[in-house]
Amino acid sequence: MKTVTLTLTNPPRLMLEGQNITPDNFAGKKAAEIAALDVWEGKQKSPLGKYFTVAGDGGATAEETKIVLRGDCTRVKRIGQQMTAGEIVIEGNADMYIGGWMKGGKIHVKGNVDSFCGIGMEGGELIVDGNAGHHLGASPRGEWRGMQGGVIRVAGSVGNDTATFINGGTIVIGGDADIHISTHGEGGTVIVKGNAKGRVGGQMVKGDIYVYGTIENPLPGFQRVGEVEQEVDGETATFTHYIGDLGERHPVSKGKTVYANLYTRI
Amino acid sequence: MPKKIENVGCPYCGVCCDDLVVTVSDDGKQILEVENACAIGNQIFHHATGSERVKLPRLRQPDGTYKDISYDEAVDYAAKVLYNAKKPLIYGFGSTNCEGMAAAAKVAEKAGAVLDNCASICHGSSFLAIFDNGYPSCTLGETKNRADVIVYWGANPAHAHPRHMSRYSIFPRGFFTGKGHKSRKIIVIDPRHTDTAQVADIYLQVKQGHDYELFDAFRAVVRGHEIPDEVAGIKREKILEVADILKKARFGTIFYGMGLCHSDGRNHNVDIAISLTRDLNDFTKWTIMAMRGHYNITGPGAVWSWQYGFPYCLDLTKKDIAHMNPGETSSVDLAMRDEVDAFFNVGTDAGAHFPIEAVKHLRKHPWITVDPNICMASEISDLHIPVGIVGVEVPGIVYRMDNVPIQYRKVIDPPEGVISDEELFERIHKRLCEIEAEEAAKTEIKAAPEGVRAEE
Repeated sequence: MKTVTLTLTNPPRLMLEGQNITPDNFAGKKAAEIAALDVWEGKQKSPLGKYFTVAGDGGATAEETKIVLRGDCTRVKRIGQQMTAGEIVIEGNADMYIGGWMKGGKIHVKGNVDSFCGIGMEGGELIVDGNAGHHLGASPRGEWRGMQGGVIRVAGSVGNDTATFINGGTIVIGGDADIHISTHGEGGTVIVKGNAKGRVGGQMVKGDIYVYGTIENPLPGFQRVGEVEQEVDGETATFTHYIGDLGERHPVSKGKTVYANLYTRI
Repeated sequence: MPKKIENVGCPYCGVCCDDLVVTVSDDGKQILEVENACAIGNQIFHHATGSERVKLPRLRQPDGTYKDISYDEAVDYAAKVLYNAKKPLIYGFGSTNCEGMAAAAKVAEKAGAVLDNCASICHGSSFLAIFDNGYPSCTLGETKNRADVIVYWGANPAHAHPRHMSRYSIFPRGFFTGKGHKSRKIIVIDPRHTDTAQVADIYLQVKQGHDYELFDAFRAVVRGHEIPDEVAGIKREKILEVADILKKARFGTIFYGMGLCHSDGRNHNVDIAISLTRDLNDFTKWTIMAMRGHYNITGPGAVWSWQYGFPYCLDLTKKDIAHMNPGETSSVDLAMRDEVDAFFNVGTDAGAHFPIEAVKHLRKHPWITVDPNICMASEISDLHIPVGIVGVEVPGIVYRMDNVPIQYRKVIDPPEGVISDEELFERIHKRLCEIEAEEAAKTEIKAAPEGVRAEE
């Protein structure tokens, strides 16, 4: 695997849109060619090299390309957007849409990320060591097919609207979650290891949510059905099992109504 | 002999009353009397001729004062600001006509700007819910003629839409609602006991910020499930009673306002309200409608959706791709994140409505206000361009809150020399094209400014 190191030496005045920073776009390119790729600051299109110094060449394919971002990328959006393979390591913070619509590969952010990260994700792995903003792993606006697959792991806390319209895949949150988890969900799994503020599983049709801590404002549409022991993220524990959202439509499969499951740890 | 003009549209709220009678003086310069309008609508007409108006654009001087300049100079200044900015923001359009909005969109596209309207801080969350969940709505006429159950949820029309209740919802006698008020059940759901709540048959004092839970409870009950003893501060018996009324209605309309759009969850509150409306249609006919604020704030949604496919928060910086994602491309977020470098405030008052931090960020860059009146935004601007008042001095198309277009007309002429929003934006567009051509002509190699396709 070949490594391309991008160091942000000339930070943008506004926000930088770096949708070209993906292993797919860097594959098969020399450092100079990578530095000539387009990035946007508002309506101004510039070469990547205007903001970053580029060291190293891309691998032959996306799988063989690793990108390391150094410097403060707090104002760089869309890194790793739509990537299908390879690896990206962001040494510090990053802005919005990190790993948005990603299909494969791995992104590791060592700091915090802003909103809309991992939206419309179909596969791959997004790991955030810090906190994430709102709409983590949610669907893009107006899209009723949300996250389809892949794994998102956030060590810290997340904002609201996590996993809206989730259809598949797994989101693991180490800290707390703000309101709205898996709203309109039709599948997938969300694990909150801290506390959830409320509206957990609102309008949810199918799928699973695990909350290890407390839910400040539980929804009236979820009904307790019993206790279960389950293995979740490598550890076994006992959970109170709720089904819901009883206010929402639910499909019938093999004569049985399918509900969404909410588990809170005992 | 003073002239009486009948069936005049009112340029105040989203109800768009079109039954006003305006008496104009003999010389056509003074508005003498306005009949049928509410106190606020009345004031808008009288303000046009009864107060000192700004008649020329005013440019901020180095000593902080304003100096009058010509429209040509103002157009040139505005075009240069837009041309030089990397990401200008054009925001407002609460109080102008659709013709002005279309012309402003042309400017935004040419300048590679972000185009946003007041829905961004108002009913924008309704758009997001409508994208996600549809909009089982109707016209106000249907509500007037058919509805026997009216729900006002998080809305206070007694103050914000003064004639809404008398024209369309509670009091009028319609085709199938001949008994008017007597045959209608009014339910008001609001954390505050508002003046609207005082005319309600049933008032539910929902716990602030917990509307979503209450909607969820209603939905569970409508589907025949059990709910806890109390939800969002409302007792189960009360929820069951109201759910029964909703199910037994002949025709119902839920009118909702900022109580849903601007409490926690925002679009999700509207989203679940739409879901409840859909559920209720299994039993009877139910509709839902946003209580849109200004008389033509529905307009930009209609005009820009037709032009670009999105109603608000349009990022046109890539010129041939329109991108929309509130949270990123919404005005307040752009300002708070310091993501724009020029600001155009059109027919609204961002100075008064935006959070102070957002105003501070925006004020670091050129700020241009287009408004007939003096407002907070005009007083902190670099350039204030006065225009004619739509509905009083300028005619045009406006969209009522139920998406019904209405042709507004003018009752008097604008002050001498004052132009309309549409003319102003057309002139800015022309000037932008000229500047672009001048810049392109400077070098032979670069056919167009960087980041701009040559043919645009």
